[in-house]
Parts: sequence; C-alpha cells; structure tokens
Amino acid sequence: MVGDAQEMRRASRDVVIGYFEPHGRAETIVRAEGLEVIPRRKVEYRGRVFEEMDTESILRRHPEVCVVDEFPHSNIDGLGRTKRWQDVNALLAAGIDVLTTMNIQHLESLNDQVWQLSGVRVRETIPDWVLKQADDVVLVDLTPGALLNRLIRGVVYPPEKSQQALENFFQEPTLVALRELAIRQTAHESESHHGDPGEPPHQPEGSAERILVVVTPDPSSAAVIRRAKRVADYLHGDCLAVGIANGKGADAVDRHLGFARNLHIESQMLEPEGDPAEAVVSFARERGVTQIFLAHSKPAGTIQFLRTPIDEGIIARSPDMQVTIVGSRPRL
Amino acid sequence: MTRRRTPEELLKQAQAEDARGSRGRLKIFLGYASGSGKSSRMFDEGCRRAARGQDLVVAAVQPSGAPVTSLETIPQLAGGAINVGSVLARHPRVCLVDALAWNNPPGSVNPYRWQDVRDIMAADINVIASINIQYVSEFAARVERITGKHVDPTVPKAFLYGADEIVVVDSPPEQVHLAELREITLLLAADIVDQQLEGYLRYHGVGGSAGVQERILICLTPRSNARAMIESGRHIAERFHGELIAAHVRQPALTASAQITLSSNLEMARQAGADIEILEGEDAIEALLTFARERGVTQIFIGHGTATRWWDRLAGSPVGRLIRGAEDMDIRVFPQQISHNKEYGGGQAEDLSRLRGRRGENVSDGG
Repeated sequence: MVGDAQEMRRASRDVVIGYFEPHGRAETIVRAEGLEVIPRRKVEYRGRVFEEMDTESILRRHPEVCVVDEFPHSNIDGLGRTKRWQDVNALLAAGIDVLTTMNIQHLESLNDQVWQLSGVRVRETIPDWVLKQADDVVLVDLTPGALLNRLIRGVVYPPEKSQQALENFFQEPTLVALRELAIRQTAHESESHHGDPGEPPHQPEGSAERILVVVTPDPSSAAVIRRAKRVADYLHGDCLAVGIANGKGADAVDRHLGFARNLHIESQMLEPEGDPAEAVVSFARERGVTQIFLAHSKPAGTIQFLRTPIDEGIIARSPDMQVTIVGSRPRL
Repeated sequence: MTRRRTPEELLKQAQAEDARGSRGRLKIFLGYASGSGKSSRMFDEGCRRAARGQDLVVAAVQPSGAPVTSLETIPQLAGGAINVGSVLARHPRVCLVDALAWNNPPGSVNPYRWQDVRDIMAADINVIASINIQYVSEFAARVERITGKHVDPTVPKAFLYGADEIVVVDSPPEQVHLAELREITLLLAADIVDQQLEGYLRYHGVGGSAGVQERILICLTPRSNARAMIESGRHIAERFHGELIAAHVRQPALTASAQITLSSNLEMARQAGADIEILEGEDAIEALLTFARERGVTQIFIGHGTATRWWDRLAGSPVGRLIRGAEDMDIRVFPQQISHNKEYGGGQAEDLSRLRGRRGENVSDGG
C-alpha cells in the first residue's frame, strides 16, 4: 500500500498518510519516507491517551488520495464514528480516494469459519457490503512459511508478542487456510466487479434465490445469519431475516435482528399468535422465498418457548420449499 | 488436533515422505499477465536470500529482461535454453528460473524448460521460478478465447500442483479481459493451496476438513427430485468455485424402472460436472455421513418425501437422522415434487406409488 502511495507521489498526485501503523517495523517505516503525514488525534479515555486517525483534519486538508492503515480498527469511544471504516466512508463521501488494508480474518461473513480454523473470535469486523464498495481489491500474497520466517526474525512483532502469536493465530495450517480464504475472496470480489463475460452465470430456472433466515434467541443465530448472507451474496440473491418474538428470548432475538440489519439484511420481528413455524412459513410464501436457513435445534428442553424443535416444525410445514440446516462448524 | 491416525493415514504419510525424497523444493511466482511484477518479485527474493548468505544462482532470465547484475548468473545456451549441465556442476542451493514456460530450441535435451527444472530439482537443487497463467496448458484455450492471442502453452497444470509453494503476484487489472485472467489465476492458486491444506491436515492426522473450499454432496436415489438438486448444486458449485459430488448408496432389490430412473439421475449429475460415487453400506445415512466427512463436504443436498405425513416421525426418519448426525455440515432439504415426476419417465411415478403404500419406511429420501 505504501509502495503504491510512493508511486502516486512520484506521479505528482496529492497523496497523504491519514493513518499508518508501522508497528515499529524498521523496513516499513523507511518505505513511508517522504510522504506527508496528517498527525493523529490524541484522545483521552479513562485516564489513558489513545491516538486515532484525525478524520476532520484530513477532510480539511482534502488531499486527492489518503492512505489509511488497519481498515477494521474500532475507534475509542467518544469520536462520533465507532469504526474506522466509517471514517473511510466519510473520506470517500468527500471525494477523497482511499487506499486501505485489511486481513481476511476481519471479514464479517467469515467470522465463524475463522473461529473454526483458529479458535480466535475476531471482534473487529468489516461487513461484506463495505468491502464490496471497493473499486479494486488486491491480494497481498505471502506463503505461510515466509510469514512465519518474518515473525521468527522479529520483523512483524516484538519478541514477546511474536512468541504469543506463534502459539495462537500463527499456526501453519491456520495460516494456509486463511490464505486460501483470502485468495478465494479476492477472486470473488474481482468477479463481482467485472462480471464474467466468458461464462454467463448459470441460474437455475425460476430466477434468483431468496433466502430467509430464521432468528431465535440462541447465540448460533449469528452464524446462521452470516452463512445465509454469504450464500445469498455468492448466488447474487436476496437475504431476509425474521425473528419470532416470544417471551423472555425477545431481547436476544432483537439483538440478532439488529446484527442482521448491520449486514444490510432486511429484518423483522414476527409476532405470531399461533404456531411460530407456521408463521415463518407463511411469511416465506408471501415474500417469494426459495430457501429457509435455520440453526440446528438444540435438544428438546433447551428451547422451552418452542414446543417442537423449530427446524422440524418448519421442514414439516414447507413441503414446497427448500430448507437448509446450517452446520455448527466445530473447532478443527 | 491430535487423534489416533488410522493405518491408512500413516501409510499415506510415509508415501508422501518417500515421494519427497531428496528432491529440491519448487517455489513458483504466478502472475496473470506480463508486467504483473512476478519476475521482479522473484529476483527481489533472490537478492534477499543472497544477502542472507544463501548459495544462489540465476539459471534463466527473459530475453527482454535486464540482467540482475548483483546475482551470480549461469549463461544460457543459444536459443535461451538453461545450461543444465553447468547448473548441475555448479550445484548451488537455490536456482532462479524466469519464464518457466520457455520452449527450448530443437535439438535440446528437453523440449521444455519446465523439464529442465525437473532435472535440476532431481539433483536436490531448490528452484524458484515464475510463470504467467496463459502458458499453463489446460487454460490455453480459455485464455486464447479471452485475449484473442495465440500462445504456445507448455507447462502442464500438474507441474504447478507439484510445487511446494506458490505465490500469487496480484495487481488491479487494467482491462476487463485481464480481470478474467486474474480470476483464473487466483482460483488456480486457491486450488493448489487447498490441496496443500488438505495434505497438511492429513499429514497431521487431523480429521474433518477446513471447509475453506465448498464441497457439495448431492444424495441421489430413484425418488429424488434430481433435476432441482443438480441444478442448484451446479449453480452453487460454480458460484463458489467449489466441488460437486453426487452419491448414491446402493440399495438391494431396486425395480427395473427405479434402476433406470436412478441411472438417468446419475447421468444428469455427471453431465453437470459432478463426481459420481456409488457407496455401499447397510445403513445409507451412516454411509453418506462417513463419505461426506472423508471428502470434506460442506453442504449435503437431500430430498424428502411429501407423499405421506412423514414429519410425524422426522426424528426417526432418514432426513432427521442425517440432520442430527451432521451438525458440522449444512444440510439442504429438497422437497420431492411429485408433479414433476413425469419428466423422469414412468418409472418414478410407479416407484413412488409403491412407496406411498408402505408408510413407515423408505418414504423419506434417505439415500
């Protein structure tokens, strides 16, 4: 990214660094030499001083291009915008081009898969629709062997952090799998930007998929939402979500629907008087849904508010519809 | 990550180690077009390695490429062929080879440069090479359709799959047709990496699959709504660039007409690009689950019957058992649309009416 910025500078484009985190890496610091840097903003929070990107100063300076490292970063409270990707959107809205970076494990729809591969639940995520806004997505490819070498040589982190990283995220099979995810995602982004004129997408008869996610109070709902959205995106289809308001789980369902909305999924609460499964299926028919996505129901007794497991209830009541029970992806 | 390895896994591991022997390692920089920067990435790495004291020579540069004066170079023969004899005599630890897809002039020991590389690796010399996707034989026709330019492809895909490491040299495409070449390149690299990942997991005796590559398993029976399942399966496999598999668990005593329907369903799957597997097993659901785990399946497509009130006993039905038994995979349940059965010939309808009369068994489409 910094190399590209240097090339732009040599081509006399007005490029500044809005935020850059060299992590004390000498070779990275050298690469940024000569580029104008907009000083970070110091923010005090609970007695500590944090440095954040100074979006307002960048907007005032209004360069042609701005370099913003660590796209998935969450801002400290009290800055207005809670996520760096929201700062980037503000820059874009003002007509400033942005170069930014992220690692694949921060993509929202891959969150469960990343957990499965690494045991790490990544908290700072980028919704897929945000990545989709990018005009270009470029893969920075490196073999896991080379990355591990860099880590061991202390290029990436200071020694004590390196050791910690080697024991956690930086295990070879995890890195190989993340790399494959990154390559596939780049291919997917490239495809959705440029279409595939060679082979028109093959749509089964009866047009596009419309996927309905059934949201329950169970925490597995988040994984089902992510999976459904990912499948719908890949199939160029639609995704909807419904929750069933029912007694004490309603708050959790509400939270899950809010999460779905953040991923740009049209979401609503159903308030059925009768059988919840029947309500879901009627809603699906009304909205022309082709496929219903559900979590595995927990063994009877854990979801008291539904008398029969909802997956069985819904499959039973929708002989005209496809139903996908989403796997729970245990840790490898 | 640790569990007891089966004897078969141990054998595979031993075979993999034998196959490696004392062969040199191969690292390939893969680009999607000239100017993507793969040669400079390769030479950068060469310079870094040389600076760290590795014994390294350059065995081939492109005719148009500027010589890398800081690195020891073994002059190429007339016509650009690598001087394999000199390389072997010099026997460095690492050898850089640009333009892996080079055709040697007539009369050379090997017609193609990749064969020279193979010979160099056989002498336990590591090779770092670069290539453009358009020179990979299996993609030549497609690339020619996209670019309208004829190239003489020389490097078989299998040679790339044999690489120990592959690195994609990516950049934003400047023209639309390059975007397509870029996708082909990325997907090839992803498949190679996937193979390495599965190999790694096997080597370490890790069961299951990383699930990074989507693999769709369609369970077919004479009663399946095969067309809907196969169409959807093909669509999703295409969109995810995944793998499509259709399996049938052999059942004793199929009627002749059911056999015909089944064969045509399997043929339809084959034409959609699916791998066909006929499984054996007393318990169809067990057989499907075992197979799905072995192959690293991420989604199972299965039909369910609508002819009876089967849902009253879902828990004990084949579909219900599959759902409970495969918590780590997505299970997509397809209704069997009886009204469509005439598309598959009279056999299916007959088969279904037979089933309808036998409540309590075989109604759900468990394989």
